[in-house]
Amino acid sequence: MSTPAIQVENLSKRYGKDVQALDRVSFDVRQGEIFGLIGPDGAGKTTLIRILATLLLADEGKALVTGWEVRQDYRKIRRHIGYMPGRFSLYQDLSVEENLHFFATIFGTTIKENYELIRDIYVQLEPFKARKAGKLSGGMKQKLALCCALIHKPTVLLLDEPTTGVDPVSRKEFWEMLKRLREKGIAILVSTPYMDEASLCDRVALIQKGGILSIDEPEKIVSGFDRPLLAVRTNDMYRLIQDLRDFESAHSAFPFGEFVHLSLKNQIWPEAIHAYLAGKQHDGIEIKPAQATIEDAFMELMTREAVH
Amino acid sequence: MTPAITADKLTKKFGDFTAVNQISFEVKKGEIFGFLGANGAGKTTAMRMLNGLSRPTAGQASVAGFDVYREAEKIKQHIGYMSQKFSLYEDLTVRENIQFYGGIYGLSSRKIREQVQELMEGLGMREFANTLVKSIPLGWKQKLSFSISIMHRPEIVFLDEPTGGVDPITRRQFWEMIYKAASEGMTVFVTTHYMDEAEYCDRVSIMVEGRIAALDTPRALKEQFGASSMNDVFLQLTRPNQQSS
Repeated sequence: MSTPAIQVENLSKRYGKDVQALDRVSFDVRQGEIFGLIGPDGAGKTTLIRILATLLLADEGKALVTGWEVRQDYRKIRRHIGYMPGRFSLYQDLSVEENLHFFATIFGTTIKENYELIRDIYVQLEPFKARKAGKLSGGMKQKLALCCALIHKPTVLLLDEPTTGVDPVSRKEFWEMLKRLREKGIAILVSTPYMDEASLCDRVALIQKGGILSIDEPEKIVSGFDRPLLAVRTNDMYRLIQDLRDFESAHSAFPFGEFVHLSLKNQIWPEAIHAYLAGKQHDGIEIKPAQATIEDAFMELMTREAVH
Repeated sequence: MTPAITADKLTKKFGDFTAVNQISFEVKKGEIFGFLGANGAGKTTAMRMLNGLSRPTAGQASVAGFDVYREAEKIKQHIGYMSQKFSLYEDLTVRENIQFYGGIYGLSSRKIREQVQELMEGLGMREFANTLVKSIPLGWKQKLSFSISIMHRPEIVFLDEPTGGVDPITRRQFWEMIYKAASEGMTVFVTTHYMDEAEYCDRVSIMVEGRIAALDTPRALKEQFGASSMNDVFLQLTRPNQQSS
């Protein structure tokens, strides 16, 4: 086996007395895979990525990037990673082209030398190359930031919430770009608070309050959700949620779009639920089997965690 | 019943640029209405007109029965507003924030005292009452923001991308608060980039380049576009020349 792109072992980081940002986190990112770090704000995603980007020191544990240790070998690591921080941090007063040129120069290379790698993305920016970075739309800023992170041909990309606050069209385009980069053999660690992006990754770590809930292929995490699950709707959503939670076989009831996902303690006939809801004066009752999603799995893992 | 919001050919131009181009729609009382669109499609401009913050170039609109041209101030008194960047005061405690906004909304001091009790109780935030807002978790901030934005019992509340970044349970608790408000008759007008949130709405409109390109229940839209999710509907509307996958 080749060296993993990233190896993290029992990594911990604390801020002050009260905030345990990371609590003994361990995982590997393989070469050429898209690895998603999926969790809400405050889960520890940024802390973890900054440690790997050699911008922050961990309190305990080990972290290696392409086999180099983040503390001793930080200079080597910095030459081989591309890092896109969560906040837009290019030079707002420089043009698109100037920003790119600037980052190329810092890494001792030229735009021309590595143009092949960024071409797909850069052609979309080219019409605006004279525009100041600060005047670009959200989607365009993100594309420029990715170009700048790629200009020195890194082998590992660290992307901290690249799709937050970006509209669905730009998000989709961004993920398509990541897939093309993966084909060029670049390993990508990408964090996101949006669960639906999990399915676009090869493997994901679900992270919450500094700890990892689960690491696996997204389909396997979803299929690990093994409770009977039904989608239920009636004409009164608010009352429906309350009533379902009072239902004796209910394990949990959470709104999922126009339905409520009802997970059950044991398998029962949908007719029993229908009768129960009819007895509570619900109209327009509809009950059907539901396919679990990554969010069902995440919530189940969260509640299990809380019980422990 | 008079609709909570009506817009008739509502238009806003900035110089030669038409940001909002003759949009017409109605929002019913007690409805959760999703207002979607890509970056730059005109959502914010349209919402600012409805909030009485921006004067339309042409067309008609009324909000809570008040005219956006002549009664903008009245509109502001009858709506609530919460944005993602909603300005709770980070250096005030939870209690002080409630008191402050109660004062702004012109509630009596007795009413404010009641509201402090009610909100602390209802949100299960008693332990945070004297904590500075900057040190409470994001999920609590969002729930608190929402509660404060409706503490003067407005007829309509406008939510501008309200639930970014929180965990799935907290996000659902937030939507349950929205359902509760709607079930009590409040109209909810919500903008979001996240299409799964659109599925929580009674009806959604999707803006493309200043116009409303589609408006219906999430279910009907999915049927109409032969799509499995609102995300597919959105991509088909905004990238019509490409196949969505």
